[in-house]
Amino acid sequence: MAKVHRFGDNVDTDQIIPAKYLVTTDAAELAKGCMEPIDPDFPKKVHQGDVIVAGRNFGCGSSREHAPLAIKGCGVACVVAKSFARIYLRNSINIGLPALECPEAAEALEGGEEVTVDPAAGTITLKGGATFKARPLPEFVMGIVAAGGLMPFVKAQVARKGAGS
Amino acid sequence: MGMTITEKILAAHCGRKAVEPGEFIMANVDFCMGNDITAPIAIKELEKYGLGVWDRERIALVPSHYVPAKDVKSAEMVKIMREYARKNGITHFFEIGQAGIDHILLPQKGLTVPGEVVIGADSHSCTYGGLGLFSTGVGSTDLAAVMATGRIWLKVPETIRFVYLGKPSGWVSAKDMILQVIGMCGVEGANYMAMEHVGEAIDALSVDSRLTLCNMAIEAGAKSGICAADSTAVEYVKARSKKTWTVYQGDPDAKVARTVEVDVAKLEPLVACHPLPDKVKTVREMGEMRVDQVFIGSCTNGRLEDLRVAAAILKGRKVSPNLRCIVIPATPEVMKGALKEGLIEIFMDAGATVNTSTCGPCLGGHTGVLAAGEKCVSTSNRNFVGRMGDPRSEVYLVSPAVAAATAVRGHVAHPDDVAGPYETVMGGK
Repeated sequence: MAKVHRFGDNVDTDQIIPAKYLVTTDAAELAKGCMEPIDPDFPKKVHQGDVIVAGRNFGCGSSREHAPLAIKGCGVACVVAKSFARIYLRNSINIGLPALECPEAAEALEGGEEVTVDPAAGTITLKGGATFKARPLPEFVMGIVAAGGLMPFVKAQVARKGAGS
Repeated sequence: MGMTITEKILAAHCGRKAVEPGEFIMANVDFCMGNDITAPIAIKELEKYGLGVWDRERIALVPSHYVPAKDVKSAEMVKIMREYARKNGITHFFEIGQAGIDHILLPQKGLTVPGEVVIGADSHSCTYGGLGLFSTGVGSTDLAAVMATGRIWLKVPETIRFVYLGKPSGWVSAKDMILQVIGMCGVEGANYMAMEHVGEAIDALSVDSRLTLCNMAIEAGAKSGICAADSTAVEYVKARSKKTWTVYQGDPDAKVARTVEVDVAKLEPLVACHPLPDKVKTVREMGEMRVDQVFIGSCTNGRLEDLRVAAAILKGRKVSPNLRCIVIPATPEVMKGALKEGLIEIFMDAGATVNTSTCGPCLGGHTGVLAAGEKCVSTSNRNFVGRMGDPRSEVYLVSPAVAAATAVRGHVAHPDDVAGPYETVMGGK
């Protein structure tokens, strides 16, 4: 079972990982500053496999990929939100951190609940309770997810092209 | 059915006659950019997967954020870029002294021209759309994929069209126009969309002002911002670029998601209040809010045109003893222009400090970070919690004119009240 950590609307990337941490590319190092302006103790509270549930426009602001990297570095298995900002969503998918758009779950979950999330199926199930179904990702994007992220996807593309020429 | 300018550019870059909003396409990229925050992760990914570069002449690596290196770790980030650029013969690596704020540098160097698809690993890469091209911000892994293949997957965005009616009066600038629009739309009001700016007020804007306008598209959640290229844009690139360009116009019958009219003639100087870029008020509504720091610079307003306006207000006046004023010309070209025109002397005589080109304070990086409880009036683009420093500090976004007037008064001030009417000070628009 994963514990829910609840955040509000418009959580921007400066809050997910403040700029002073952007001098490293290491996810474990970045995890130490994750969510610092909102909840400095977040990295201590969160456990492997936990879930972030947020409101609208999660990840708005800067394009820093350090944001999903920091979340992933904390051990968070998945982010569920009412909606995601565009660049954050790309980054999250590209690095293999599942992002589920599910307004119903975001409305119902207040934080502290125990849930089971199946990112492939797009389901969030409350312990002894309801199951929420996330908006499905477009088929094209699912191809990137299935490949394990953008770089394995690109590597396979380049290999195919190389083999054909 | 006709196509918007954005759809036409994207169709031309995926070998199609037409594309429709919502379609996924694999687009050919003309130029890409990474900076010292985003490029090191992209480089690490390319090396991890053993991928080379698609075209060493179509990649810019710009140390811009933590330069000159603020500490050992940031020096390591630029070192990764520098060594990678040397090893791979990247033509457009900009060393300290030639570098500056990425989004001001690239158009100045003629590296982004009308009709292109440009991908930048920085959210404000939407800036280049001011030259009549499609440009959007991505993260590091997307940049790595572009550097390796010259292609990117995109969802063709819907277009939201802003029609600017009338002419801006007095001190009202492109910054006030875009703050007004973000205030009208909200921080996610244009999510995933292309913001197209049209109308007589746009035709009258300089390229610098159009770049300011498109710079903040991301602050409404948009994928891109665009002003169609006209003779003003073509003159600009002619003077700067060796590349070839294509001028696109949208079709009159193109379908857009919605059209929003902005009455520019009625606009007043504006402020986007802490902690969201859509919390917009007029300067007159602000009262006498105490200010601790004024910052004039950034990829939004660090160009020569911006510094001229700020200097005209600061000339012969003093920065209030209640605050400090930091001016950062965005690139060496802007710095040289400001020196030549005597603007640097005006800033220094007024008691402002002038720093070397960097993104620095805008992201709470260095050269102007805020302490707990401090308020900064800034010409930059973002004012989220803790953006410029301590989470308890606050940022208020304004035009260069309002920033300079505030620096003199010590609280948020209207330029009219400090320097008099625009026409008297600047000699007409």
